[in-house]
Amino acid sequence: MQVNHTKKLVTNLKRGTIIRGKWNGTQYQVIQKLGEGACGIVYLCERNGVYTALKIGTDSSRIITEVNVLKTFQKVQGKRLGPSLLDVDDWVTPAGVTYPYYVMEYLKGQELASFLHGRGKEWLGVMMLQLLSDLEELHKQGWVFGDLKTDNLLVTSPPPKLRLIDVGGTTKIGRAIKEYTEFYDRGYWQGGSRKADPAYDLFALTMVMMEVAHGRRFERGTNPQQTLEKKLQQPELLKPYRRLIKKAWHGEYSYSHEMKKDLSSILNGPSKYKMMENRHTRVSRRKEARKTSFAAAELGVIFLSLLLFYFLFSIIVW
Amino acid sequence: MKKGTLKQILLLTDGCSNQGEDPVAIAALANDQGITVNVIGILDDDQSEQPEGLEEVEAIAMSGGGVSQIVYQKALSQTVQMVTKQAMTQTLQGVVNQELKQILGEKQSFEELPPDKRGEVMEVVEDLGETCDLEVLVLVDTSASMTPKLSTVKEALFDLSLSLNARSGNNRFSIFCFPNKMKPIQKLMDWTPELDGISKVFPKLASGGITPTGPALKEAMYQFGKKSLFGSMKHASEPYEETGN
Repeated sequence: MQVNHTKKLVTNLKRGTIIRGKWNGTQYQVIQKLGEGACGIVYLCERNGVYTALKIGTDSSRIITEVNVLKTFQKVQGKRLGPSLLDVDDWVTPAGVTYPYYVMEYLKGQELASFLHGRGKEWLGVMMLQLLSDLEELHKQGWVFGDLKTDNLLVTSPPPKLRLIDVGGTTKIGRAIKEYTEFYDRGYWQGGSRKADPAYDLFALTMVMMEVAHGRRFERGTNPQQTLEKKLQQPELLKPYRRLIKKAWHGEYSYSHEMKKDLSSILNGPSKYKMMENRHTRVSRRKEARKTSFAAAELGVIFLSLLLFYFLFSIIVW
Repeated sequence: MKKGTLKQILLLTDGCSNQGEDPVAIAALANDQGITVNVIGILDDDQSEQPEGLEEVEAIAMSGGGVSQIVYQKALSQTVQMVTKQAMTQTLQGVVNQELKQILGEKQSFEELPPDKRGEVMEVVEDLGETCDLEVLVLVDTSASMTPKLSTVKEALFDLSLSLNARSGNNRFSIFCFPNKMKPIQKLMDWTPELDGISKVFPKLASGGITPTGPALKEAMYQFGKKSLFGSMKHASEPYEETGN
């Protein structure tokens, strides 16, 4: 097959550009660029007043591969994994170049890091718990997310819910991971193979926590395992999760539910309970203080009115 | 379609060929014989992205039916595995395309299919990519300017075997370098399923300033025929060799 090497990614679609489907004629109006992935660019588009996310690429085989994954997700009843797929088509530009694209529901949300910023420590754990539930569902269906990273996560609200976006790396269990990012890759850190198994995602999840805690990604250096250990000890944010993360690194969790169990027992642990109790006593004490001052005021009023009454009475008698 | 073997040459270089046949022509020859030629141009960290001499990289891969990429050393590992996989998909898609044309007529190709049909074809291509056997001959340019980059190359190749060995299909790797005073290429590692022993085969290699990429490619091409272990070359003109009938 002759691959068109000169076909460039459509990086600069202007606001108002109309993308019209070659096969079904559906039209979308470009509003703005949302992001850029390995195999395409995602634009916010509008159709009949509804916002959608449209991913356009150059390599139709890669676009179609993602569409295939999204389609299997739609078949899953109940829980929704990833954004829902709305349309698949080709766009022929006025210049005559054909670009494949697909359209998903538009998920409006915040990046994980900016969501966590200024919120309590427990939020990281809660978000990871949500992520583990989704991964568990995905693994049950026979898939591994693969390219799990902060860029592919979005917090929608209310209520705050962590969502997986960009399914480009999603791979059938037992196969070679389709797409990965070094920082999150078990193989890069010499922590195991690149074969898709549930533990691969769990490793990547710990690296999401590492990135959030450090505010950046870092390199493996000459001794990858040692680098990880060192980086785990530094941030205060990760303190409650250190044991959990280490267990994931050593492959002690084969399935999400095992890690989920440990994480939820950390989150439900005694430290939090104590914190709640403290707050409770502080509040009631304040209430009591308020009560006494109320009582004093009441007494004062009664005393004053008695005094006034006595005064008036004595005048009348006189 | 039966399980088959894909053949690839992966050329790692940092400069322009300056001796012997035109590597672009040799790449075309290799492609004609069922071997895909992928090229990765490695930049120095302080080099601009469009340095002179590396235009050749794209031209060789294009005529070799493969994939090319110009990268900084830092991104080499991820690029090497990506380029190899991408080229596999590309080759397999080419084969499937041929079949489609036979069934549906000359004008039909993958890109011309409606999206849902395309999805079905892609599933077949993916299955093939996971299960087919793969032979990669790595050809490393070890001219003087490459010397400081060799440890990165070693790391990237190790990483490549990690990626490819996660597949269900079998892999065979061999490593050659050029130039050599006596012959066009020098064997560093014979065909092997794992690249574990790679650390031993990267001694301090440094040669003169010449870069005979063309002759090296040509010699590399012949290495696929030399091993009798992996079946005959009966269908050499097909990019995807069918076996197991």
